Amino acid sequence: MPFKRYVEVGRIALVNYGKDYGKLVVIVDVIDQNRALVDAPDMVRGQMNFKRLTLTDIKIDIKRVPNKKTLVAALEAADVKNKWESSSWGRKLIVQKKRASLNDFDRFKIMLAKIKKAGVVRQELAKLKKETTA
Amino acid sequence: MTYRSSRFLPFPPPFESAEQEDHCQYSEGRRPMAPKDRKPHVSRNPDLIRGVGKYSRSKMYHKRGLWAIKAKNGGAFPKHEKKAVAAAPAEKPPKFYPADDVKKPLVNKRKARPTKLRASITPGTVLIILAGRFKGKRVVFLKQLTSGLLLVTGPFKINGVPLRRVNQAYVIATSTKVDISGVNVEKFDDKYFGKKVEKKKKKGEGEFFEAEKEEKNTLPQDKKDDQKTVDAALIASIEAVPDLKSYLGARFSLKAGMKPHELVF
Repeated sequence: MPFKRYVEVGRIALVNYGKDYGKLVVIVDVIDQNRALVDAPDMVRGQMNFKRLTLTDIKIDIKRVPNKKTLVAALEAADVKNKWESSSWGRKLIVQKKRASLNDFDRFKIMLAKIKKAGVVRQELAKLKKETTA
Repeated sequence: MTYRSSRFLPFPPPFESAEQEDHCQYSEGRRPMAPKDRKPHVSRNPDLIRGVGKYSRSKMYHKRGLWAIKAKNGGAFPKHEKKAVAAAPAEKPPKFYPADDVKKPLVNKRKARPTKLRASITPGTVLIILAGRFKGKRVVFLKQLTSGLLLVTGPFKINGVPLRRVNQAYVIATSTKVDISGVNVEKFDDKYFGKKVEKKKKKGEGEFFEAEKEEKNTLPQDKKDDQKTVDAALIASIEAVPDLKSYLGARFSLKAGMKPHELVF
């Protein structure tokens, strides 16, 4: 089982602890064995312990410690946002966020929709069963 | 009389003649200041540090122009006669002194006011009632009464909750709002919901038991009509939103995995 995701300049990581929890950041430099210099379009560049980061599959092409403008341009060019939101990990996070923000009314509507869907599925299943037995 | 530093006077110098007073540029538009007009005066003695002013007493005397006021008055500070105080009527000594000193209760100037309404509760909000006969019911908020209780209605046809008062503490406010503009709730107040006081009937022994049986708690027809008028407008705006009617008809309950502190209502 070799490693596939490496800590390198340009690796996109997800912050999993702390003030910036849930943000996607770019590793812009490695400080020492435990810390990386990390940057994102909406935050001030700063250090973060690797333990607070989870590496993703996405990597962008940048030089060590680019300035903000270059970084944002590189992120746009690599289309990181869309790649992330279309990946299964990204989609899961979006669904989790949506579920957490549901209103009481929304939850009710979802319940109705689930019951309806189950009803439709059951009907089709019954039809198929009938066909196979007949 | 001339003044040495007439530039620094706090107010224009007194007029030497009546003519001057009429033609002086300062007197135009100047009128005696009524008590209401006075702007609150800022101190002429700025603080160096708290408690220490920049100017000494003698300097302040000069700055305030007390010398000019005295000069205007002919050497002494103008004195006004004290208003004659009417002599207080002679108080008779009390004819009773209590044996022990009784403590007077402290003055309480608090005014009762209705409970502060949570910001999330506005007219038309759907509320979840948490206790009582209608616990779990989702209900529409109409207004807050003067006692602080919330006036609420089912609507009755949808979930069986009539026009009712509910305490804010036993309610979860959801973020769902219903359009309440067509409803007139002016006539409802705490008295409308109070218990009816019946006149005492004379007790006759034979009649006593019969009278008990006849007392029935039927809702008077005008209250039923009030319910209908309030609900008519509400139901119309509720049916405009899909699924809202069945939502209000269903009770709320916590299911497995629902954490109330993490739920968004």
